[in-house]
Amino acid sequence: MSAGWVVAIVLAIGALAYFFAAQRARVQRDGTDRAKEVPHSLPTYHGWLAFIFATVPALLVYLVVSSVSAGLLDSRIRSEVTAHIADPAAASLSIGIVRNASNALTQLDLSGPNVPTSYAALRDMAKSAGITLADSGEDYMVPLAAGVNADAGVHKLIGQGLTLLLSLAGAAFAYSRIRLRLRARNQVERVVLCSLLGASTVAILTTVGIILSMLGETIHFFSEVDPLTFFFGTVWDPRFAAAGSSGSEGQFGLIPLLMGTLYIALVSMLFAVPVGLMAAVYMGEYASNRVRSTVKPLLELLAGIPTIVYGIFAVVTLGPFFRDLSAALAGGFSFIQAQSVFTAGIVMGVMLIPVVSSLSDDVITAVPRAMRDGSLALGATRSETIRKVILPAALPGIVGALLLTASRAIGETMIVVLAAGVAARINFNPFEAMTTITVKIVNQLTGDLEFNSPQTLVAFALGLTLFTLTLGMNVYALYIVRKYREQYE
Amino acid sequence: MTDAALPHAAVASTAPARRDFGLKRRHAAERRFRLYGVAAIVIGLGFLAVLLVSIVGKGYTAFVQTSITVPVEFSAEIIDKDNERATNPRVLVSANYPVIARNAVAKALGVATDDKAAMRDIAKFVSDGSRSTLREIVVNDPSVIGTTRNVTLLAAADIDSANKGQIDLTVPESKRKVSDRQVAWLDQLKQQGAVSTPFNWGLITFGASSRPETAGLGVALVGSLYMMAIVLLCALPIGVAASIYLEEFAKKNRFTDFIEVNINNLAAVPSIVFGLLGLAVFINFFGLPRSAPIVGGLVLTLMTLPTIIIATRAALRSVPPSIRSAALGIGASRMQMVFDHVLPLAMPGILTGTIIGLARALGETAPLLLIGMVAFVADRPTTPLDPATALPVQIYMWANEAERAFVERTSGAIMVLLLFLALMNLAAILLRRRFERRW
Repeated sequence: MSAGWVVAIVLAIGALAYFFAAQRARVQRDGTDRAKEVPHSLPTYHGWLAFIFATVPALLVYLVVSSVSAGLLDSRIRSEVTAHIADPAAASLSIGIVRNASNALTQLDLSGPNVPTSYAALRDMAKSAGITLADSGEDYMVPLAAGVNADAGVHKLIGQGLTLLLSLAGAAFAYSRIRLRLRARNQVERVVLCSLLGASTVAILTTVGIILSMLGETIHFFSEVDPLTFFFGTVWDPRFAAAGSSGSEGQFGLIPLLMGTLYIALVSMLFAVPVGLMAAVYMGEYASNRVRSTVKPLLELLAGIPTIVYGIFAVVTLGPFFRDLSAALAGGFSFIQAQSVFTAGIVMGVMLIPVVSSLSDDVITAVPRAMRDGSLALGATRSETIRKVILPAALPGIVGALLLTASRAIGETMIVVLAAGVAARINFNPFEAMTTITVKIVNQLTGDLEFNSPQTLVAFALGLTLFTLTLGMNVYALYIVRKYREQYE
Repeated sequence: MTDAALPHAAVASTAPARRDFGLKRRHAAERRFRLYGVAAIVIGLGFLAVLLVSIVGKGYTAFVQTSITVPVEFSAEIIDKDNERATNPRVLVSANYPVIARNAVAKALGVATDDKAAMRDIAKFVSDGSRSTLREIVVNDPSVIGTTRNVTLLAAADIDSANKGQIDLTVPESKRKVSDRQVAWLDQLKQQGAVSTPFNWGLITFGASSRPETAGLGVALVGSLYMMAIVLLCALPIGVAASIYLEEFAKKNRFTDFIEVNINNLAAVPSIVFGLLGLAVFINFFGLPRSAPIVGGLVLTLMTLPTIIIATRAALRSVPPSIRSAALGIGASRMQMVFDHVLPLAMPGILTGTIIGLARALGETAPLLLIGMVAFVADRPTTPLDPATALPVQIYMWANEAERAFVERTSGAIMVLLLFLALMNLAAILLRRRFERRW
């Protein structure tokens, strides 16, 4: 019986419990004299209470038993394998082989006396059934795998029995408790409230998950590579080591990547901020209603286009265009490369236009009407009002908006993966290729990889750097925006 | 602009001398400022137009595929020389079908089958995918062996490009992929009426392939569909529950503040960080399979959650307090008030926000690259645990292919993706128009 079936059966028991409990409550309600005794809850609440009793504890127990069982089996494999092999790296490989062997035994439906005595025999049997097993298994692994399977079977039986028993017991208990004055509604609502609270902690769990997972791998990385050479190194040359060899010979210098990231973000901001800001000002102050109602959604379309599309636009259309244009200008020599900081920055800037314009629109409309009217009444032209009154008044908010935009630019991935190039170098010519933190995260983690080498772990260190950088900018930006809003409220 | 300046100058000449406020300069500055605004909007919309035109211009040809209909002789000589198909069914599966396709085209062109050089060119004329087309016909109905039947075969990618006029014939023959002889044959087949360009269903049904003409989005579409279903099933209930708690029940305290700060920050975390989270937690810790839509769905769920929560809270907030007071006034509990009265009224707003969140998740690529969805998957997945790709990831993979025909397919796939996004956003807009209430 698979886990899906267990859950389905428990839910079916719950549904039955709901039905019978509601029915019983209905009968009790109809059979009483309302003058003497008033029922506390509607029959459906009794039904839901029975459903909760039948399902929640049972499923919780099932979850606990399953995870405890997985842990027990894991530690059994680990202890027996390490008894045979001392080297930790080889042991983790052998643990994987044992797991695969036990899966193969399950799929071949072999147990007890049918289990082959040697690993080679098992591999042949698996092969004829279309399952491939590693070559380097040893004979002691087969009885171990079979033993683990037997244990797993026992655990499964215990877990499923316990779950179904608990479900039935819960249903019966809830059914027997039904009384007119039972505060079923309050109990159901308490459970619902707890689940609402639980749902809202998912956000916290996600943040904690991000930090813990990246911190763990980063610490692992720093145990092999000196943090100082990571943060202050100027050469990025991770040198993919061949599988098996422990290669920390590569150089992991963050500086070229960080420079590339900031440079591309700078170019994109130089393009997006004037355009986005002026678009927002024009639409807020000058445009007629008709123009605004058509132009604004069109500009917002830019925000809805996936970044991969921008990336391909940069590679297929804009990059070659800039290259040919520069060749035409310089007479044959194209000084703009197809993949360059400039191309990536411009395309990312286009993506950021609607972000800048909608954020600064919010900020500008928050400036009190009286300030604008006062300036116009003194005889200032509209542009003078905007430049000398509104923008200075909105400046803190705009700075916050720009910080939020910059953090988007820093964390952007697909555009730079396609348009910026992969050459990690420090250079100040915007028409040549540079690379970014996000590009290198993608590069280090795509393809077949061994998880414990510094070459892959460095991606987590880069990710943590990126996360910290953007988190700092976001927190500070939100703080500024909030403070700014309070100023005018 | 000159019209506006003229009467102004006329007034200045007749009026008595006034103090100069620099009005002319200031008005010129005003006009300039306005012009900057117009320029900004023109730049933004111009890029939008160039983007869409360049993609549609490159991609629309991907929706038709050159096919060649020729009488194919299912010769028993080639398929089943020793006549053992009754005893050994594998004969039919492993027969040399490309030769049959080649001979059929040669016959239609009037080329002798023993002209080896010509046959090599003809072999490059039809797609390698014709092997499986012919095999399917024969395996399904072995009685065709020995007969001749009209069959529509896919043209090879280069011939397809030539037929669509994408290959520059002025380039010397040795430097292009299609020889003059092949072009002449193509014209000959066209005159016979054997060449057709039907709608390219393969683009949305085939799986991954290294040959452009048999590569399609089938696996990617199924993978994206699974992921969207998982996002909807996980993110909507969790997001709505969390919003209800924060908006209707939570007391204002440190803990609630902390949750809110978290949600706002998660909304701004770079998407690639969620990919790292998925890799470390779902794949390495929980041991879920790589490349599986379930992992992608969970990662996208976490990414979409803040969007849904923010939209849902706005929708709940827009339900007027009088509704709440009335419900409480006639004796409903707070829970009944929320679930029976506030939530139904907020539903259109919640669904609109959810659809927009889903649309963003559908176009997201970076986190999926990290959890191994960049995979060569030829067979459509049957469960969310099977390997699959996603629509934007397939686009990324095709963008890295060198062949000319993949450029067209990349843009075609982008058009498919943009079509889905447009439909989803349209649904959101219609939903808002139809059900939005002004209180």
